[in-house]
Amino acid sequence: MAADPRNTASPEHEHAGHGLSSSQLAALYRKLRLIRRVEEETARIYPSDKIKSPVHLAIGQEASSAAVCDVLKPEDVASGTYRSHAVYLAKGGNVAAMMAEMYGKVTGCCRGKGGSMHIISPEANVLGSSAVVGTNIPIATGQGLMLKREGKGRVCAVFFGDGATEEGCFYESLNFAMLHRLPVLFVCENNGYAIHEPLSKRWSSEDICARVAAFGMPVVQIPDGDVFAMREAAAQAVERMRRGEGPTFIECKLYRWREHVGPAEDFDQGYRPRSEAEAWMANDQVARVGNMLPAAERAGIDAEVEAVIADAVDFAESSAFPPAEELYANVYA
Amino acid sequence: MPSILLKAPLSRLLKSYTPMSTPERLLRYVDALAEAVALEMDRDPSVFVMGLDVDDHKAIQGSTRGLLQRFGADRVFTTPLSEDAMTGVAIGAAMAGMRPIHVHIRMDFLMLGMNQLVNMAAKSHYMYGGAVKVPLVVRCMIGKSWGQGAQHSQGLHAMFMHVPGLKVVAPSNAHDAKGCLIAAIRDDNPVIFMEHRLLYGLEAYVPEQPYTVELGKARVVQTGTDLTIVGISNMLVECLRAQELLKEQGIHAEVIDPITLSPLDSETVVQSVARTGRLLVVDNGWTMCGASAEILARVAEARATRGAIVQRMGFAPTTCPTSPTLEQLFYPNPATIASAAHAMVRPDAAAWEPSPELARLAYQVQFRGPF
Repeated sequence: MAADPRNTASPEHEHAGHGLSSSQLAALYRKLRLIRRVEEETARIYPSDKIKSPVHLAIGQEASSAAVCDVLKPEDVASGTYRSHAVYLAKGGNVAAMMAEMYGKVTGCCRGKGGSMHIISPEANVLGSSAVVGTNIPIATGQGLMLKREGKGRVCAVFFGDGATEEGCFYESLNFAMLHRLPVLFVCENNGYAIHEPLSKRWSSEDICARVAAFGMPVVQIPDGDVFAMREAAAQAVERMRRGEGPTFIECKLYRWREHVGPAEDFDQGYRPRSEAEAWMANDQVARVGNMLPAAERAGIDAEVEAVIADAVDFAESSAFPPAEELYANVYA
Repeated sequence: MPSILLKAPLSRLLKSYTPMSTPERLLRYVDALAEAVALEMDRDPSVFVMGLDVDDHKAIQGSTRGLLQRFGADRVFTTPLSEDAMTGVAIGAAMAGMRPIHVHIRMDFLMLGMNQLVNMAAKSHYMYGGAVKVPLVVRCMIGKSWGQGAQHSQGLHAMFMHVPGLKVVAPSNAHDAKGCLIAAIRDDNPVIFMEHRLLYGLEAYVPEQPYTVELGKARVVQTGTDLTIVGISNMLVECLRAQELLKEQGIHAEVIDPITLSPLDSETVVQSVARTGRLLVVDNGWTMCGASAEILARVAEARATRGAIVQRMGFAPTTCPTSPTLEQLFYPNPATIASAAHAMVRPDAAAWEPSPELARLAYQVQFRGPF
């Protein structure tokens, strides 16, 4: 994993398990399935107007969050964007608190003040998420500064889209993180679109890894959405970071199945054809990992996930809205 | 049952201050924006449009619709997500003699280009002794509703009003949107052009040919005798609704739209307050160091309005929450505006609130996600 931008993970290992124990495989599937189903349920509820918060769904691109968070410890930190349900859930954020937040209820993870775009879980070490593109990258880098000083081997994984890599603060953060050998894993979830604008209209060169490598930072590209390749790359990077060897950049190519914001598909809008999505849908990592499990075990996980989601929706629906005085709570600490 | 504005098109009221000398049709605010730009691009080849999403199928909620097809990708193009550099690029192009329109789908993203806007765009003409001009328009949309929340709902105009060299415009209706945008494009200064998302669907009578609405001139939208109400951006619409509600109590409010916030036409407000003796300013922004504070200060400083009763309303002094119950409390609305106005006019009377049915915000039913 030297600074070679073409150090792509090999797609040849299709033996079941990919070196994961059966319990590790089940845990990874549970994460993937939970994220997929929570977001499908969110999409189902959305037209009822009970969720009054713009939702940016990660359906189809769960693999990066699930894979990276799978190799993090509970005490490690994760930071997300406005499309962060997946990161929050993969890192162990409370499902009911997130659902209640989208409903605007006082029991939500931000007491109804953040909504879908601003979710946080101090308990699960989820740093919070921001609607302004790229703003979480230096914040996570600052978190890395603390983690390095703390010296306990904790790391921070920061997730962002391809669009965020166009912001100046991305490059400024890379430079600082590398200069100080900070334990920050930069995870670019490259789904090829910023809102509806394709990479070809935004990037002069598609070789983002080469750009990052210019900072001297190790880079890995996962070109095909392979959840096991992402997990392996993250595992190696995290081990290096725990040893104090500094940051790593991982580019995960992914595909967003739904619209930029909102619950629906948008292949009829003309900016991307459904045919482009079909290969990714056929390569669905949720189904792929699920199929590696014994049928009974998979059914058990599926049932458990459904129960968790049903409880979360009940919790959100039965919770109270914030009282009026809550409007002025938390302006100052 | 009183005839209340909520049931009638707002355009009926807006028509009363629309110039009638030219062919007109009802046009939505969003379409007036697109029409203004198309006319100016036709007229002047140095005008161009840049900004993330200006050329996609949603076309900034439709406000840049048709421009790409008509003028091509050289003059209508998206940008990388790099607001700081792109603002500088737009300023550089403007200094070089072009007339860029830099579009932001949310005003909050202007914070990323603040250095360029404050230190370069606003200052260059002055600090270079007039040797360069920056004829730049920065269009930006303010969001609201559907839990847009902390970073997608801010009216940040006061920050720009503070800086000499920048012009700040916040038209409240389709007529002024078109006229102000054309004026802004032709202006040789950087103009921050603020558009409220909830205004986009509202119609007004709009002439077909190009025309300008003078920057720096306020408009008396509704005459009245009992108090003066100034409404900024979409709050002008709320103030008009409040003015209708106040009629039920026999209170006649004069309603003023400043249209341009910098330079600010306080004289029109002063003249009105000199007659009514009372001023309520309602802002789509915070009151602390805000546009409402500036307007009140100017009225308080004017000899003609000495002793006037003044009050301001705006965002609650918090960050915008997403929960619908809290978001409702965050903003002034026709009922709270009318109640405040009533208390100013009749300080000794019992507090009054319009009936919830009359005060209900019609647009909140229409405005839906996923935005």
